[in-house]
Parts: sequence; C-alpha cells; structure tokens
Amino acid sequence: MSLLKIENLTAEVDGKEILKGLSLELNAGEVHAIMGPNGSGKSTLSYVLAGRDGYEVTGGSVTYDGKDLLAMAPEERACEGVFLAFQYPVELPGVANTTFLKHALNARRKYRGEPELDALEFVKAVRGKAKELNMPDDMLKRPVNVGFSGGEKKRNETLQMAVLEPTLAILDETDSGLDIDALKLVSEGVNALRKPDRAFLVITHYQRLLDYIVPDKVHVLSGGKIVKTGDKNLALELEKTGYAEFSGEAA
Amino acid sequence: MATTETVQKVSALEAEKYRYGFTTEIEMDFAPKGLNEDIVRLISQKKEEPEWLLEWRLKAFRLWQDMPEPAWQKPDVPPIDYQDLYYYAAPKKKDGPKSLDEVDPKLLETYEKLGIPLKEQEVLAGVEGAPKVAVDAVFDSVSVATTYRKELESHGIVFCSISEAVKTHPELVKKYLGSVVPYSDNKHACLNSAVFTDGSFVYIPKGVRCPMELSTYFRINAQDTGQFERTLIVADEGSYVSYLEGCTAPMRDENQLHAAVVELITLDDAEIKYSTVQNWYPGDENGKGGIYNFVTKRAACRGRNSKVSWTQVETGSAITWKYPSCILQGDNSQGEFYSVAITNNRQEADTGTKMIHIGKNTRSRIISKGISAGRADQTYRGLVRVMPNADGARNFTQCDSLLIGDQCGAHTIPYIESRNPTAQLEHEATTSRISEDQLFYCLSRGIGEEEAVALIVNGFCKEVMQTLPMEFAVEAQKLIGISLEGSVG
Repeated sequence: MSLLKIENLTAEVDGKEILKGLSLELNAGEVHAIMGPNGSGKSTLSYVLAGRDGYEVTGGSVTYDGKDLLAMAPEERACEGVFLAFQYPVELPGVANTTFLKHALNARRKYRGEPELDALEFVKAVRGKAKELNMPDDMLKRPVNVGFSGGEKKRNETLQMAVLEPTLAILDETDSGLDIDALKLVSEGVNALRKPDRAFLVITHYQRLLDYIVPDKVHVLSGGKIVKTGDKNLALELEKTGYAEFSGEAA
Repeated sequence: MATTETVQKVSALEAEKYRYGFTTEIEMDFAPKGLNEDIVRLISQKKEEPEWLLEWRLKAFRLWQDMPEPAWQKPDVPPIDYQDLYYYAAPKKKDGPKSLDEVDPKLLETYEKLGIPLKEQEVLAGVEGAPKVAVDAVFDSVSVATTYRKELESHGIVFCSISEAVKTHPELVKKYLGSVVPYSDNKHACLNSAVFTDGSFVYIPKGVRCPMELSTYFRINAQDTGQFERTLIVADEGSYVSYLEGCTAPMRDENQLHAAVVELITLDDAEIKYSTVQNWYPGDENGKGGIYNFVTKRAACRGRNSKVSWTQVETGSAITWKYPSCILQGDNSQGEFYSVAITNNRQEADTGTKMIHIGKNTRSRIISKGISAGRADQTYRGLVRVMPNADGARNFTQCDSLLIGDQCGAHTIPYIESRNPTAQLEHEATTSRISEDQLFYCLSRGIGEEEAVALIVNGFCKEVMQTLPMEFAVEAQKLIGISLEGSVG
C-alpha cells in the first residue's frame, strides 16, 4: 500500500481553481520530486496537503497511511507525521527556538499517548540533532527564525524535521534563497533523514537541488496536473529544455 | 479563514470560563451602605485611629464630594452610585487570629481555588520548611494573616497591614502617607484617602536587603463591597525590596469599584521592585459585572541613585484605569515601567505610566505590551516630562500592540514634554496582529490553535515577563493562556 495516494485532486484559492485533477502515489522510503513552472500549483499542493486555511479542496481524495488526510485538522496531520518544510519559514518574535520545538514535540507525544519529555531529556535530544546540522547552540536560544539568514532558516526547518521525525516530509522550494554551501548543508541534513519508513515530496523549480537530494521519481506539474513522470533524468532534461513545452496552459 | 474563526470564537467566550468565579461564605461585619461623614468616622473608629488620621480622612471626604470624575480617559465609565456601596466589610472574628491555625479554613480554601501555588499555600498555612515568601493576605478589607513577621523583624523590616502600622509606627505613616499621592490628587485617590480600610505597609531600614519577596494577595469577596486598599512602601537609604501583588475576584453581577492607592518612596541608593499580576473578574462577554479598577500608583525616587521598577501583568477588570508612575527627584535616579495588558471581550483598559524627570541624569525606561482580542479596546497613555533642571535626563519608551481579530482596538498616546535641551528621549511604537502565517506555522508543527496563540502572545510579552520574579512569571505565563482561552477555540 502506498503511503500517500492523491487522486484527481482539485483545489481552489480565492475562488480560482489551481489544482485541476492531480494524481500522485508515493511509497514509504521513496523520494519524489515535483517540478514545474511558476504558477503551476506547486505551493498550493504543499499547502493543501498540510491543511492551510483558504486552500479549498473541491474534489478528489488524499489518502495518507490509509487515512483520509483531508478530514484532519492541520495540527492532527502534523501529529500523524506529515511535515511541511516552508519555502518562507515564519518568524515568531520572542518565542525561543527550543520552546517552540518543545511545544511541537510534546504536542505530538501527547497525541500519541506518550509522556511529555522533561526539559533535560528534550535539550539533550535537540542539542545532538543541532550538532549534526552544524547549528550553533545560540541558534536554539534565539527566537524562531527572527534575524536568521536564508540558509539558517532552512537549516532550522531541517532541524525541526529531524526532531519531529515525520513519516511524510514535504519540502517546499527548500533550495530557494540558498547559496551553494547552504544548499549542500541542508541537502546533507535531508539525506541523513532518509529512511525506509519515511517518504519525501521535494517541490522545486530548479534541478540543482536534485543533484544533492537524488529522487526516485520526478513529476512535472503544470496547469494544476501532473503532466509527465520519469526518473531523475527527467529533471536533467528539463534543465536543458525548460518548461516551455508544458507551460502553455499554465501561463 | 483562521482570523474569521478567531473572531467568532472570541465572541463565543463566556463568563463561565472565568475560573475564579466563586464566592466564599464567611459572615461579614458590614457598615451600612452609602457614604457620609459618619461612615468615615466609623471606619476610623473601627480601626482605632489617631485623631490626625481621622482629620485627614475627613478633609479628603469633604474635597471628594465636589470633585469631578476624571474624564480624559478613553473608556466611558458608567456613573457610579457611591451611595449604593459598602465602605466597610471585614470577616467576622472573635478576637482575631493569634496564629494561622485560627484562620478560617474557608479562607484557606479560597486561596486554594485561586490557584495560589502550593508553596505559597504552605507559607500561608505555616507549613514547616515552606519557602520564604511572606504573604500579607488581604481578605476583603482586613489583613487576616501575616507570616514570617518574626524573621523580617530580625532585620528591622516592618511588613504589616497599614492599620496596624498606624498603631505601631505612627511616625513613619504620618510622615509618608499621602506624601506621594496627596488626597487631592484625583477623585479615585481622594475617595481612597477618605475610606481606605486596609492594605500593606512596608518599611525597609537603612542598608537592609529584604531577604525574601514580600507578597500580598488581594481579593474582593463581599458583594457590592468597594475595595479601597492603601499600600505604602518606604525603602530607606541603601535598602532593597521586591514586592509582589496578585489579585483575583469572584464572579459578580454588579460592577465593583476598586480604587486603590499605592505609594512608594525610595531614599538614597534604595531600590523597590513592585510586581503586579492582576486578574480581576472582567465581566461576561458583554462586559457585564466586571470590576472597575481605578488605581493610583506612584513612586517617589527621592534619593540619589534610587530606583523603582514597576512590572504589571493586567488581564482582568472590565475597565482598567491605572498609571504606575515615577517621580525622579534624586539625581541619577531611575524609573522603570514594564507592562503587559490583555483585554478580551468587552474589556477596556487605559493604562500607562508617567515618568517625571526632576533630578539630574535621571533615567527612565518604559516597555508596554498591549494585547487586544474580541471587542476589547486598549489605550497606552504615557507621559514623559523633563523638568528644566533635569540635565542629562534620558528616556526610552517602547509600546507594542498586538491585535487578535478585527473588532478590537489599540491606541498609543504618548505625551512627551521636554524642558531641558540636554534630554534624550526615544519613543518607539508598533502595532501588529497574530498573522495567519504564524498560526499556520504552529499548527503545521502539531501545536493546537489555543496553545499557539498563548505561545505567540507570551513571545510578544517576553521582555516584560522576564522582569517578573521567577515564581510569579510561571503563574503569569499561565494566566496569559487562560485570559485568551476561547479567543481561538
């Protein structure tokens, strides 16, 4: 059984239809890339999966781990193991990074009927993961994403992912705003998290991210639908030819 | 959209949610309703006060009768029927408790319901090995229990009810009472001067650093009983004290008037840190039945290098009218005001501070965080005044407002008057909302909406919260969550 099964999904934002019958299947342990021109519906797909308000599903279905994902509140989806790494991580002034992580982790533990971690256990767990990602301790104490550089923000998303240990991770344009060194660092972090029981949906405009996070499959999203699916070589092809052959409908 | 939902849910918040809405049945010893000279005399007589104090009360009462209500604040204050209130109510007692064992168990039960931290209850209950937080518990109008007095006495510290201080330290009370807030100051303070029934008195002698936090819990309990507390704290040269004041009140149908006066005095090199967590009944979702909190709090930094720091976390009351202020007389003296005010439903708050720079090189710092939800309305009103002789005076003011929903209001009204060209004054103000992005970010990490709002609001208030003493900060953080309960779900 696939971990994520999207069937004929349609969704609109502000009354405008963005996803127009999208279907996709993702198995545990796989990494799929979704590539597409601007305006093709990439970010909409990630928000629909995470359950953001204002992204209204008008048809189709999404089955995650055998459950109806669309019937769940966004925080339930998170507790069930869905994680969205934001293209633009949000700043939370005054909320220490560790405080935020602790609330997130304990929300999940509570949901699963596990006891909350005490402060000491928690700090130990987070410090270890931060070290692996080359994040200095002071980044943990700083308020969430406030004053972080683009690279730091994406590393912070990766840290959250490492701590929250999702089953399905959706990476929304993780490469945007990153220089090559930051891109490598983040990719290494993501690769380290690849596991047989975890799947990744990597949404990107550019092929370069896929040099570092090598996908099992590549889908081309255009005009709100998957219009082509191939292996990693499809990404290289797109890099040469561009999205011109697909973008007529999406423009 | 989340914001729309938030608004709907805010409006759905009901009075039942007020956790502290309960009444303790203890027989009251009432004076009849209404106010006249006889009542003022009765209060003074019940308190066995000296003649000078009665005279002072009477002067205040006579002035009060013709004094207009303050009218410059933003909230419309419904006319108060002063003749329909009780001015004296005290728990009935046989001879007065000799020890905590004699304290009415119902009273102790009340503190339990109030969620007073266990360790403080232990203090109150006199449990051996309890932490050193001295509690002068004010139950309605009379101090019922005072702990740790002996240890404080060994340092020469006086911590008792003001009525007692009038008897035991008349020279100090006479010297300082009304010296910072004269009875003629404003109508509410004037009324307090005429009819105050109790409150705390603290004196820290020269060079003494008070070895524990002094803490008072205020609580209005009898129906229609106005609460007129009077607090006077004097820090003599080179001394230090941290004072905590926390309050909550049971649910009521009638609006209850609270007009307290707090006076602080610091002499050379002395410091007072005064922290308040105020959670009085705010009224139901239409604002019915809440407390009117009209408080005059003022500090005189009389000595050189003296310092007063006010921290307040205001979450309760239907209408709040409160401006803890500092008169910076001594050269190099410092005043600080840290404030978090949360208004929800129909609550209204007009609060801020006054920093009056008189001495040279006086410094003041104002950090105000206002959170408005529901249909609440909130105003920061602050005055920074630099007098001609205050060379080198400095002020930094930061006022941040956070809005939840689109039917609440936040206003910032700074008055800045500088009469000295060497003064440096800075003012920053921001207004923001809890954005949908921030909420969704939290949700997407598994954090529920209510917890997310509390997290974001606590982050917003962090600068102020971290000025609270540790044991108070934890309580205050929880209170912020409770106050905004229902603002999302």
